[in-house]
Amino acid sequence: MSELKLTARDFKSDQEVRWCPGCGDYAILAAVQSFMPDLGLEREQIVFVSGIGCAARFPYYMQTYGMHSIHGRAPAIATGLAVTRPDLSVWVVSGDGDALSIGGNHLIHALRRNVNIKILMLNNQIYGLTKGQYSPTSEQGKVTGSTPMGSVDYPFNPLSLALGAEATFVARAMDIDKPGLTNVLRRAAAHKGAAFVEIYQNCNIYNDGAFDFVREEKENRLYIEHGRPAGDTGITHDETDFATAFALSRINYAEHGVVPLGVFRDVPRDSYDELVQAQLDNAKGDGDLQALVGSGDTWSIQ
Amino acid sequence: MAKPVEQLDSVVIRFAGDSGDGMQLTGGRFTSETALTGNDLATFPDFPAEIRAPAGSLPGVSGFQLHFADHDILTPGDRPDVLVAMNPAALKTNLGDLPKGGTLIVDTDAFTDRNLKKAGYDSNPIEDGSLTDYQVHAVQLTGMTVGALKEIEGVTAREAERAKNMFALGLMSWLYGRPTESTTAYIEKKFAKRPEIAEANLKAFNTGYAFGETSESFAVQYEVKPAKLPPGQYRQITGNLALSWGLLTASKLSKLPLFLGAYPITPASSILEELSKHKSFGVRTFQAEDEIAAAGAALGASFGGSLGVTTSAGPGIVLKSETIGLGVALELPLVVIDVQRAGPSTGMPTKPEQGDLLMVLFGRNGESPVPVLAAGTPGDCFYAAIEAVRIAVTYRTPVYLLSDAYLANGTEPWRIPDTTTLDPIEVEFATANGSDFQPYRREPETLARPWAIPGTPGLEHRIGGLEKANETGTISYDPENHDLMTQLRAQKVAGIKVGDQPVDHQEGADVLVLSWGGTFGPVHAGVRRVRGNGGKVAHAHLRWLNPFPANLGDLLQSYDRVLIPEMNLGQLRQLIRARYLVDAVGYNRVTGKPFKAGEIADAVEAML
Repeated sequence: MSELKLTARDFKSDQEVRWCPGCGDYAILAAVQSFMPDLGLEREQIVFVSGIGCAARFPYYMQTYGMHSIHGRAPAIATGLAVTRPDLSVWVVSGDGDALSIGGNHLIHALRRNVNIKILMLNNQIYGLTKGQYSPTSEQGKVTGSTPMGSVDYPFNPLSLALGAEATFVARAMDIDKPGLTNVLRRAAAHKGAAFVEIYQNCNIYNDGAFDFVREEKENRLYIEHGRPAGDTGITHDETDFATAFALSRINYAEHGVVPLGVFRDVPRDSYDELVQAQLDNAKGDGDLQALVGSGDTWSIQ
Repeated sequence: MAKPVEQLDSVVIRFAGDSGDGMQLTGGRFTSETALTGNDLATFPDFPAEIRAPAGSLPGVSGFQLHFADHDILTPGDRPDVLVAMNPAALKTNLGDLPKGGTLIVDTDAFTDRNLKKAGYDSNPIEDGSLTDYQVHAVQLTGMTVGALKEIEGVTAREAERAKNMFALGLMSWLYGRPTESTTAYIEKKFAKRPEIAEANLKAFNTGYAFGETSESFAVQYEVKPAKLPPGQYRQITGNLALSWGLLTASKLSKLPLFLGAYPITPASSILEELSKHKSFGVRTFQAEDEIAAAGAALGASFGGSLGVTTSAGPGIVLKSETIGLGVALELPLVVIDVQRAGPSTGMPTKPEQGDLLMVLFGRNGESPVPVLAAGTPGDCFYAAIEAVRIAVTYRTPVYLLSDAYLANGTEPWRIPDTTTLDPIEVEFATANGSDFQPYRREPETLARPWAIPGTPGLEHRIGGLEKANETGTISYDPENHDLMTQLRAQKVAGIKVGDQPVDHQEGADVLVLSWGGTFGPVHAGVRRVRGNGGKVAHAHLRWLNPFPANLGDLLQSYDRVLIPEMNLGQLRQLIRARYLVDAVGYNRVTGKPFKAGEIADAVEAML
């Protein structure tokens, strides 16, 4: 244990950050680096795993262990790490394309298994790194390079999806709302098992202003808190009640004029690594290799 | 009372019936009895991918061939000496393999009009004289089984009928003088929760045995004396079991916890099932959501300092290739096991083929070298797995281990190794030494980079699929650096020490047979047959496909002609011709069945 408490600076790697000037990722990186000391862990105990996309560069900028892997696969890779190394704090940084499109399968299964990983999904509703095609969270009718007449797909609601996948922790935050984001990060870190955090992130190059209705217009932010009424929705928030969390996940600016922010769901459930470890601990037998290879019907030749 | 006993040096028996008739179980039990007799043996279970294909239909026939002998044998036999056919479809699909004069045992009760029609017979072959070339034993297997079980309470007519495979097993056990104790114990254990079913199966088994003793249809009993194998304690083993235990052993030898990521797929699933039993060895098995996640989780586990392994067959391996490419870039250990089956696409899931060699060598984007080795026999899967792990952790690289459906399910006697005498697998995780940590600074001997696992103070670093600067590992688009890194990755794999290629040379031979993987048994049996006929031929069987053994070029040049038999269209041959400029000839068949020694012998003799 080090004597001195770590600071945000201790979590900055020596790599030059290469996101576009004005990108929302900068604010998210800063908020995460500021929060890291609160984990109370040494840097070597923290791992950031990512897939592909703008957000996936995140691990390079963290002075922790990190892996920039392949498109959509970060939850799968992080699962292998988390289940074999329960001593580590494992974070996945992803985007809307990485997590919901190419990696959708891995995301939902990591959530249902309650693998002890914290998934930060930076949602900018666009493909940034490939220069501006629509994403699975883009609104219908999105005119992009690959949809000159407007996209015809209906988008995902990421929080509803996560809840439907049996996620035990679901939250939403925004890039420029450092207090709100930090609060959600703290709650996610404290949660046992999989945490899914959607972070609204402005892509100022390919989808600028996508979240202005809540980033800029602060009166449209609806901060939800356990046990308290959620604005004028008539819902009293209960993080442990699935129906409440799901109802809140459906509230959106277009229909309701507000955007809920904060923790939607947080329920205790044994994590995947704990359940796996328990089976190992309770296994019969002593791992005697020679006894194993000599088991079954055997015969002797002189 | 006792019938005369005739000595045989080897016998090939094929059990064939409906896929619901329990032929695999029957064959397996007969194999166990035979193993305990001390014969050398080899088996070939051959079954459809469908769990229960339509009853009585030709595609629904399931077979189990067993070859046992009083001497060292290499294959399940080209053709059966004895065919047990449980219904007309089994007779129709298998009779062509039975040589004239061969013994045929049929269940006459199954030769109903309906079953005959399903099998495409216009008349009953048992009665129409079409089987006169064979020694036919027409036995009322079903009828006698049901009759014997009539008085057992709680057993339905259907259940009684289903015990007919035990009657057949009992009869065959008598015919070849097999010990019955292990089957008795097996039945009692298997049906411990349903004593009436245990009783029924035992009764059927014993009735079949007694029928052999008393029936005039069987005039002699046969004996095959124990084989003179190297001394030791033996058990029988399948390739997938040997492979699973090899991985467990490698985990012990390396002191690395084993992590298996897998998605169920024929014919690899039994490795996942076997390893999932051994939690007391600290094994974590992860049945992933798909093949991609199975490989990804294994790589993630390796990053954390576990022994990451992923298992599959061709259709799953194609999905894992991006993860293996990442493993090449990350330079982390990862063992990838491909239990090959007939392709392309879904192909024939239960049938063996060697069609994946070029895929595992080259089926990734970019210059992406991966070491590849292949097991030669079921028992060899144990040692091949250990070797794959040793190379993966020593050189910090993904390694492909190839098996196939024939090795996976085939059985042979296996001399139980003394695991305490196996060489340990040395693993050293990096630790901070005061200077700046460079994740891509290589060991000069192996060119392996440090294995620096999370949790190690002072070694925090980031790795990824983007090209990295030599030594520092930071992202680099520098042209010269990319050329250097590409060369270094290639050199690392090319420089893996795999030992010289042994050759089974014969004085005066100018033809070399070069084989690899699961064809060892039939190819070597074919070579022996040629030699038995006076021909001179040498045989080399490759374990390492990448890198090739350093002496392989010289070895190939020292023969006038080279024959490469493969269960593909010539994949190794293409590599050998390109690499060594040797005018190798192929023998290539892709039938989904293992080679027969006879066809190999013919191919060799055509070159002498």
